[in-house]
Amino acid sequence: MSGAQTNQRGGRRSWELACDALRILAVDPVEVGGAVLRCAAGPVRDEWLQALQSALPAHTPWRRMPATITDERLLGGLDLAATLRAGSPMVQAGLLRETDGGIVLLAMAERIEAATAARLAAVLDHGGFRLERDGFAATVQARIACVALDESFGDDEQLPNALLQRLPLLLDLSNIGLDDFEAPTLDERCIASARHKLKSVQSPPEIVEALCAAAMAFGIDSIRAPLMALRVARICAALAGRASVTSEDASLAAGLVLAPRATRIPAPAEPAPPEPQSADQEPPQPPAPPPDAPPPPQTEAEQPQQDPEVQTQSVEPLQEQILAAAQAAIPADLLLHLLARNAAAMRQRSQGRSGALQQSRRRGRPAGVRQAVPRLGQRLSVVDTLRAAAPWQSLRRNALPAQASARERVQVRSEDFHVRRYKQRSETATLFIIDASGSAALHRLAEAKGAIELLLAQCYIRRDQVAVIAFRGRAAEVLLPPTRSLVRARRSLAGLPGGGGTPLAAGIDAGAAMAASLVRAGLTPTVVLLTDGRGNVTREGVGNREQATQEALSAAKALRSGGHRVLVIDTGPRPQPQAAQLSAALGGLYLPLPHADASVLATAVQRSRLSADNRAVAR
Amino acid sequence: MQYIVPRLQGSMLMSSVYPFCAIVAQDEMKLALLCAAVDPGIGGVLVFGDRGTGKSTAVRALAALLPPIRAVRHCVYRCDPDDNRRLCERCRVRAAEGKLPTEKTVVPVVDLPLGATEDRVVGALDLERALSRGEKHFSPGLLAQANRGFLYIDEVNLLEDHLVDLLIDVAASGENVVEREGLSVRHPARFVIVGSGNPEEGELRPQLLDRFGLSVDVRTPTDLQTRVEVVRRRDAFERDANAFLENWKSAQSQLQRKLLKARERLATVDVPVAALERAAQLCIELKTDGLRGELTLIRAARALACFEGNGVVSDSHLKRVAGPALRHRLRRNPLDDTDATQRVERAVEDTFGA
Repeated sequence: MSGAQTNQRGGRRSWELACDALRILAVDPVEVGGAVLRCAAGPVRDEWLQALQSALPAHTPWRRMPATITDERLLGGLDLAATLRAGSPMVQAGLLRETDGGIVLLAMAERIEAATAARLAAVLDHGGFRLERDGFAATVQARIACVALDESFGDDEQLPNALLQRLPLLLDLSNIGLDDFEAPTLDERCIASARHKLKSVQSPPEIVEALCAAAMAFGIDSIRAPLMALRVARICAALAGRASVTSEDASLAAGLVLAPRATRIPAPAEPAPPEPQSADQEPPQPPAPPPDAPPPPQTEAEQPQQDPEVQTQSVEPLQEQILAAAQAAIPADLLLHLLARNAAAMRQRSQGRSGALQQSRRRGRPAGVRQAVPRLGQRLSVVDTLRAAAPWQSLRRNALPAQASARERVQVRSEDFHVRRYKQRSETATLFIIDASGSAALHRLAEAKGAIELLLAQCYIRRDQVAVIAFRGRAAEVLLPPTRSLVRARRSLAGLPGGGGTPLAAGIDAGAAMAASLVRAGLTPTVVLLTDGRGNVTREGVGNREQATQEALSAAKALRSGGHRVLVIDTGPRPQPQAAQLSAALGGLYLPLPHADASVLATAVQRSRLSADNRAVAR
Repeated sequence: MQYIVPRLQGSMLMSSVYPFCAIVAQDEMKLALLCAAVDPGIGGVLVFGDRGTGKSTAVRALAALLPPIRAVRHCVYRCDPDDNRRLCERCRVRAAEGKLPTEKTVVPVVDLPLGATEDRVVGALDLERALSRGEKHFSPGLLAQANRGFLYIDEVNLLEDHLVDLLIDVAASGENVVEREGLSVRHPARFVIVGSGNPEEGELRPQLLDRFGLSVDVRTPTDLQTRVEVVRRRDAFERDANAFLENWKSAQSQLQRKLLKARERLATVDVPVAALERAAQLCIELKTDGLRGELTLIRAARALACFEGNGVVSDSHLKRVAGPALRHRLRRNPLDDTDATQRVERAVEDTFGA
């Protein structure tokens, strides 16, 4: 199987799926809810969007929504000019209201802020929203479908989970070549008749059960996934002119809705001959499980399938059929995707919690205005202040004696003041926790020192801060409090002795405390832990390997709860399972460096931090 | 495109609401919401957890269950005629003149949407009157609408900081004060604050967390049968909401009657000294901050006893509400990696015996 061939075949398959999705959306976009198109801007995406637009009934609203949209434009609010002209409050409709019954095209969806995504998600759920703005209160109907254009590059950026969970059709068009795609064929009559039939399509209980079971086998937690798959399956049935959902429809729906959300590849339900099938369909990475000893996650997947067996015998083959069909839709590089997605999910957890983005008074990216009297260097937004004052002018003029009111042309009160808000990327700090114990020192201490010096030079250029904690013997010690001073850092490192036991837990504890204090100071710490993971001294300073390991793991969990970016560099002469385990407990990136020299180490840290910065900027 | 939006009193979206009784599993969430409905004094419910677990469905469904209340007729704040201390200014004047006319009214369940502006939350001058007639007239906001009812905030952890500050203040004092254009208005704003959200998107300010009496962790059900049932019911509801509601009608009204009875019983249910001691013991064991945890625990246990038709609060009531009442009040210990739920469970076991 040559690489080019795989790609081509994968591309054609993706395009077929995309065309299926197109037909499904065309039937009733609002009922479906929407889709995510993951690819860069290009002819394929344009073609798909154009086909969708032309397949919808004429005059279906179609609006492009920028990811950085303000609430005023999104939800609507007071139309000041019209209000003053009319002498009574006039509402300006927001984009959501304008799009009622149609499609919101979310451009650069990976850049959307969590708060905007939450508003959109609520509208997708309820088909409308409450407008409570600028003196207006109303229930606004906005039955929309959302097509999110996800142009994320790599795993750093991601569509917010709130949206990902509510948009059923996940399409990856990035691997489609020019020779893969042809103009999609859309049978208008078929789509029109499906629109009529849709309401009466039945969903038999065994289909519901099979879809739920399939979702579990794919390791999809959310219950929305099978629900959306069922909705899509009903539309597939309507398209095929059927009165009831069949396994064929369910399979197609599973391929479109469930497969792209898979967090694991389902184990074959029967202990089938392991080699031929799965090796063909799937990437070589997941070794087919030997029938006698399946790996743990797959056992989990199997259990729910076996439980209901007692009650419904017929579900089993149906579910297998759906699973098999859906698996064919899984991209060849699923495992890579999985890894990327899990890593991204892990990092998303820290979003909004740590100090990556700070509300700043004066600098940074503009983040709207709010009502407040300017204080401590906040900037007054003149236009918004005047806007706020405008409607009340006649009232205020009446309140003042005639003479005074003639003098003051525009009366602005303190409650009108609006200030600008900014968001600023906070400074980064790199916190090194160095294992200087006997076992590590012999091999790596010199290299680690070299790497840190190289990093220091880079930090100096970037004006980042660096802190160093070392642990050896019985306890951890702050070698270097956060600093930008190159000279001090170098001096403290040079004096770092090596040798003694490995009080790993104490080192991690000290790191967690330091990281927390860095966050309090408004910095975003990146923690780099250099160790072989073989702790043998407890927090009390007593030698006990077993207890030390336990303590290290629990300390790791505490550090992880801070939500920092963590990099574990395994300094053992060969990769140590303990270090990998520790890294997993920390939710960090694991980097075994058996033969690394200082510059390799420095590059690795640098790269991991750079991607952290990109993410911070993106937000 | 411009249009004039009619002012609507009802606050929830008009689409049909999924019935409370039809919510599958999630017993703790249902329990907490019902307790808060029986005794609003418990002080709010926070529902935090996985996506797609029916958090907002449950809260919206609760609105349809609440039995009507007695209020002063034509009062925007729905003042309670039986509570003289918490009347609005207008009702106070009227009460001094004679007996207040009353009416039955629905319990408000008010949505505080994320995009709300401050003037709509606290209330502001009526723009229309100011513009057309040059008059100062206070137009009450969401806090006024929510008086004696529920204030619901979906994605509460994404709420803007200045709105959070407002809420913290009002939720503590039970009164909203507005000063604008030389107009000074203060009105009662006592409500049960209900928030839902996903912890992955950020944490709550500890002050706001403290305003919630009960806190519930919801998890996606992991067994197939439950999940199938969720999907099946939801699918039936989406396809034909009216038929679905009809099917659940009798169960709904039964629950509503039970709720009403529980409220009547509230004044008569006995909290024995033994139960008070147990509650105190549990809070000492868990080292919760302040007395609020203890009070909430007792009130929630009493509400549960009322709801289940028991005359006396017993250990079993305390045990079942201990999690929701105390879980968010524990001090964080960075060295202890067990989560709050487990810590409460352990303490319950130690205090009550297995």
